[in-house]
Amino acid sequence: MEYLTLFISAVIVNNFVLTRFLGLCIFFGVSKNVNASFGMGMAVTAVMTISSLLAWLVYNFVLLRLNLTFLTTIVFVLLIASTVQLLEMVIKKHVPTLYNMWGIYLMLIAVNCVVLGVPLINVESNYTFSKSIVHAIGSGVGFGVAIVLMASLREKLRLADVPKSLDGLGIAFILAGMLALSFLGFSGMISI
Amino acid sequence: MRELWSIFSKGILLENPIFVLALSLCPALAVTSSVMTSLTMGLTVLFVITANNVSISIVKNFVNPKVRLPVYIVSIATIVTVSQLVLQAYFPLLYKALGIYLALVVVFAIILARAEVFASKNNVVRSFCDGLGMGAGFAIAMVIIGGIREIFGSGTFLGINIMPASYDAPLILILPAGAFILIGYLIGGVKIIVQRIEKAKA
Repeated sequence: MEYLTLFISAVIVNNFVLTRFLGLCIFFGVSKNVNASFGMGMAVTAVMTISSLLAWLVYNFVLLRLNLTFLTTIVFVLLIASTVQLLEMVIKKHVPTLYNMWGIYLMLIAVNCVVLGVPLINVESNYTFSKSIVHAIGSGVGFGVAIVLMASLREKLRLADVPKSLDGLGIAFILAGMLALSFLGFSGMISI
Repeated sequence: MRELWSIFSKGILLENPIFVLALSLCPALAVTSSVMTSLTMGLTVLFVITANNVSISIVKNFVNPKVRLPVYIVSIATIVTVSQLVLQAYFPLLYKALGIYLALVVVFAIILARAEVFASKNNVVRSFCDGLGMGAGFAIAMVIIGGIREIFGSGTFLGINIMPASYDAPLILILPAGAFILIGYLIGGVKIIVQRIEKAKA
């Protein structure tokens, strides 16, 4: 039950994009069509889960043991960037169909706040190993939900008559604001 | 001198990191609910981007282009860690208010972008000016957003009450949704200004 609450809270209440403002570059950059944003959501979830798993192990078994917690930022960034590179190579070699579908998104994720944010929050909230994993999956799914919703809204927007100065990023932000407003309705549903 | 000035000043309006280049938007929304946190974040980024530009332009000739990205990342992460420790030691309350967003300065696209686009191709003085200009543009944008959100959202400026008691602050400006909508309109406004300037030049 505890895990379910954590999961739902990560997906909806503390949605990564709309309440924590992480991963906005990807959120606005890739949300132009629904297929691409679906792929992005899947890639982010996978990378997030793997990197929080590794980050948890490194933090608890290496950094804490050796009293090196002040190096957390440097270690996590390098860990994630190299994991993503490795993941890209492995997928390219062994699962080429998957690589053709989602490979291009992997490079975008390598140095990104959405993927670095989850391990940092896990450390900050002192989550146990299994809780970290659940939190990572939940955050990834939440990111995916937000970006797919946004993409479907933006596809509709193409037919709308938008003021010239707001065209592009301006109207996308206002739209995201409306989306955030509707997600606000979930706040207070679960408190942790 | 004139050339250095133009490198510095383009970061402030014509290539403003937040409003025009639309890079590093996460902090522009996340920590701008008050002027103090926006200013701290702005100055931190100003420091990190300038220091990183200088160090990258110093080492650019010794770094093999194949491994340049890891080198940039390590350099940025080191500088960010230093500023984290300084803030934690001298301004613990601000450090707490910025939370994980301070550590996330490491992955701000604008810092990596300046290292790749500018510092790796230019000398130390020019890179310094570029970092200073981009950082200043970022800090100014942060303070503008933070100012609007604090003055109209909670009726205060730097924590001092400035609105009349009858002012009923709209809560939405402090909430995430308000931040998105406000920045949307600001981007539109800056776009109009930049287009006017470019038209006047042409």
